[in-house]
Amino acid sequence: MSVADAAPVQSGKAQSAAAEAIHVENLHKKFGQLHVLKGVSLSARDGEVVAIIGGSGSGKSTLLRCINCLENPTSGIIRVNGEEIKLKADSHGHTVPADRRQIERIRSRLGMVFQNFNLWSHMTLIENVIEVPVHVLGVKRDEAIAQAEKLLARVGLAEKRDVYPAFLSGGQQQRAAIARALAINPRVMLFDEPTSALDPELVGEVLKVIGDLAREGRTMVLVTHEMKFAREVATHVVYLYNGLVEEEGPPEQLFGAPKSERLKQFLRNVG
Amino acid sequence: MELLSPVPPGWGYTLLVGLLHSLEIAIGATCLGLLIGVAGAFGKLYGGPVTRDLLAVYTTVVRAVPELVLILLLYYAGTDLINQVLAAMGYSRVDISGLAAGIFVLGFVQGAYSTEVIRGAILAIPQGQIEAARAYGMPPGLMLRRITLPAMLPFAIPGLANLWLIATKDTALLAVVGFFELTLATRQAAGVTKAYLIFYLAAGVLYLAVTLFSNLIIGRVEAWSRRGMPSVKEAR
Repeated sequence: MSVADAAPVQSGKAQSAAAEAIHVENLHKKFGQLHVLKGVSLSARDGEVVAIIGGSGSGKSTLLRCINCLENPTSGIIRVNGEEIKLKADSHGHTVPADRRQIERIRSRLGMVFQNFNLWSHMTLIENVIEVPVHVLGVKRDEAIAQAEKLLARVGLAEKRDVYPAFLSGGQQQRAAIARALAINPRVMLFDEPTSALDPELVGEVLKVIGDLAREGRTMVLVTHEMKFAREVATHVVYLYNGLVEEEGPPEQLFGAPKSERLKQFLRNVG
Repeated sequence: MELLSPVPPGWGYTLLVGLLHSLEIAIGATCLGLLIGVAGAFGKLYGGPVTRDLLAVYTTVVRAVPELVLILLLYYAGTDLINQVLAAMGYSRVDISGLAAGIFVLGFVQGAYSTEVIRGAILAIPQGQIEAARAYGMPPGLMLRRITLPAMLPFAIPGLANLWLIATKDTALLAVVGFFELTLATRQAAGVTKAYLIFYLAAGVLYLAVTLFSNLIIGRVEAWSRRGMPSVKEAR
């Protein structure tokens, strides 16, 4: 399947018809004195693949981690599938989720894939994959196992189902982590630099899995350093600079004809 | 040798009853200590400032004062306090059983040490694994049971094993408050028969046997808890 086949998803009509899966509006995040996000807005409709790019310290990982409140935003609006995350100020004046059950419910439908895989080390791969379906979502164990076996086969790890993560390569661990994310049947998948911790020769196998998911119409928000990959799979690209959206648009425009001087500079440096 | 025979006039049976009582106390105190330890570690790591301060006072004081003093204090002052409270509420005085008091006192001491062992073990968990549990919407109780406790176990086992072995021997301190455990049983047997060497050696052998058996079990538990970790030798 070539990139062109996936293109119709982003045609104007399809885009406006699809529901908004992720909506972020005027998001601010401060770590003490450090103002990391200075009013960022972001939107991902069903079927869209939004790639967030930007230099080190631009706030792109922080933005992604605010979507499921792994980082609590200082202010701003976050809606997931149309439902706004309720936030409140705690006794220290920090913004925190107001309703623990709401944030847990929202999180259990967002499949997060981390830079460092973060598989649970005391569980085999199959146990990692069924953990959330069985214990959070209440899926029956045998159903979850059948589903998990399919997912592990899909990422090419069927024969590793009873192996513990520490005995696998980084690429294998990350593919298992993707299977774990898929097992919750996520509305949106969140990828936080999924290949940055991998040896160069292992990057390809992980990108292939992510690319296949993108092409089958999974909704994704992807923070990445892989520009070529972002250009291939993304339907929309956001370039963050210093906590603000410097430029955004379809990949052919951002990579082919960037307007911002900073983006041109950035693409020269990473390319 | 017939002095150690389990049937009278041998004193073997008396020693074994003492050993049984010692083990009851040690097991009870360790379980109580683990409960306190888990709660204490979480309170210290994630609790508010008041919780943290109170726990700091608890662990500092308990670990600073000699256990014998604590045992005397908690045993006599504790039972006295309970009876005063009961009297004030219009109830009659109760006799606190030596077993319950012993478990409570040693468990209270064990809890302070366990708090620190478990706190350290939780800090040793790669934080990404906790973060992944949060990211997938696990409620706190589930996360504790499914992720935090099993993930911290390999780091906690050596320290907790120490505490268990210390608990088995600390039961001897309860002899001073008249609780009939192995050391008191030994003293009685030796006092009556004047065969001090035989009985104290026998008691030593029993304590050693407990330790050896414990090591066997602990070794298995540790191997199981480390099932997801590559052997250290391979990393050399």
